[in-house]
Amino acid sequence: MKKRNYFLIFGLLISTVVVLFILLGYFWTPYDPMKMNGAVRSSAPSLAHLMGTDKFGRDILSRVMKGAGASFFVAFGTVLIGTVVGTVVGALTGYFGGWLDEVLMRFNDALSAFPSFLLALVLVSVLGPGRRHLLLALGIVFIPSYARIVRTEFKRARSQNYVKSAQIMGAGTARILFVHILPNIWPVLLSAITIGFNNAVLAEAAMSYLGIGVSPDEASLGYMLSDSQAYLSVTPWYALGAGLVIVLLILGVGLIGEGLQRKDI
Amino acid sequence: MSDLVLEVRNLNAWYRETDARGRRIRHDVLYDVSFELHRGEILGLVGESGTGKTTLVRNILGLVDTHTGEIVHYTKRPQMIFQDPLSSLNPAYTVGWILEEPLRIYGKYDAPERKRRVAEIVELVGLPADCVTRKPRELSGGQRQRVSIGVALIQKPSLIIADEPVSALDVTIQRQILELMRSLRDEYRLSFLFISHDLNVVYQLCDRVMVMKKGRIVEQNTVAELFSNPREEYTKTLLAAAD
Repeated sequence: MKKRNYFLIFGLLISTVVVLFILLGYFWTPYDPMKMNGAVRSSAPSLAHLMGTDKFGRDILSRVMKGAGASFFVAFGTVLIGTVVGTVVGALTGYFGGWLDEVLMRFNDALSAFPSFLLALVLVSVLGPGRRHLLLALGIVFIPSYARIVRTEFKRARSQNYVKSAQIMGAGTARILFVHILPNIWPVLLSAITIGFNNAVLAEAAMSYLGIGVSPDEASLGYMLSDSQAYLSVTPWYALGAGLVIVLLILGVGLIGEGLQRKDI
Repeated sequence: MSDLVLEVRNLNAWYRETDARGRRIRHDVLYDVSFELHRGEILGLVGESGTGKTTLVRNILGLVDTHTGEIVHYTKRPQMIFQDPLSSLNPAYTVGWILEEPLRIYGKYDAPERKRRVAEIVELVGLPADCVTRKPRELSGGQRQRVSIGVALIQKPSLIIADEPVSALDVTIQRQILELMRSLRDEYRLSFLFISHDLNVVYQLCDRVMVMKKGRIVEQNTVAELFSNPREEYTKTLLAAAD
């Protein structure tokens, strides 16, 4: 008898809802998220405006739908860059060791020696504002942690007999690295990815909160949170709406990660 | 002689290590090792752990290359069977995938042909046909060792190096695996280099035996001769310890 994996079930459920919410927001929102309407300024949640409106009369639900998409895009891209580059660097250094390991890992150390947030700030200010640049900056900042995790796993795998067996078969190095070893470190990598995704959502929110990276016309959830705090007493639903979606986004992915870890492998 | 599969001549081998102070030091492991292995022969290699058996194997397989002397392969690269098949079979894949992998690497066959060959091998090593969809950890120890013999066989080698292949198995399963290896030798004239610390098993299976001590081969003879009439003191102690 297999025990139901509730972490995975609820995680997938929540994430599906959030992703549908984001996809829907990409094509359709109840109102134009930028349109100001003087007649309904700072109105509380109602049937017409499910999450209320802000002080300019903009529909918060519509803004949150668009904003979640922006947050998701940045987080997804960040994790993608971090995982792909980090995996390649970690695989090469862990498997080969030697001078390659020394050179790449010292570079890695240098990158992680800076406070990651500060490094991202510097990169964004060099690259200039915009969602893509924020994504790139956060992605670069995320590389070292993935590289380190993957390196440890590959180093361990290198001495395993199934790797020797593949060498004796005459498998090429790329095949050994990515076909023979990589699937064995998936569970570790996968949980690092889910944790990383959540950190990326929060990092993006924090950067936007500080007003760095994402411009007002492509407001992300973090930007909206910072925008809302001035009116917290007047329109608390603004902060609540944006915050709720961040929480759901993170909770869903976090539960998936937890569920995957608990799944017997 | 035309029926040689492997010839090792005056092999001296070592490995390099970094000591506690960070200096590179050289560890000599093998001294002047020479032997021949013929087609259809099962050659035993016995000796205590740490005498360099594994180093010899790694050099023969070409996994390391720090040696002087000659290793001559008269056939294709030899294959290897490890002591613990659970660690030598990739845990992320099914038995079918693992068996098919050597064929994919050489890329000579299309997918249906590969599947056909895998099915053939599965039958040859005496595994149930449905095991191809299972992962190594779902099989018993004996079945796993059959899989790793299959992985070696599917590459059609002339020589299989078996490093303690049965020492992790219980006695009845041991006998079955030994029987399988013997029948492969009889039917396909396969050669085996069979490494073991279990002299009983060596006695049952091998044609000739080499005794290794501290990196040297101290005695080399047919099984019957060596067991009934050991020349070296060291061999006598080994035999006495096995009783």
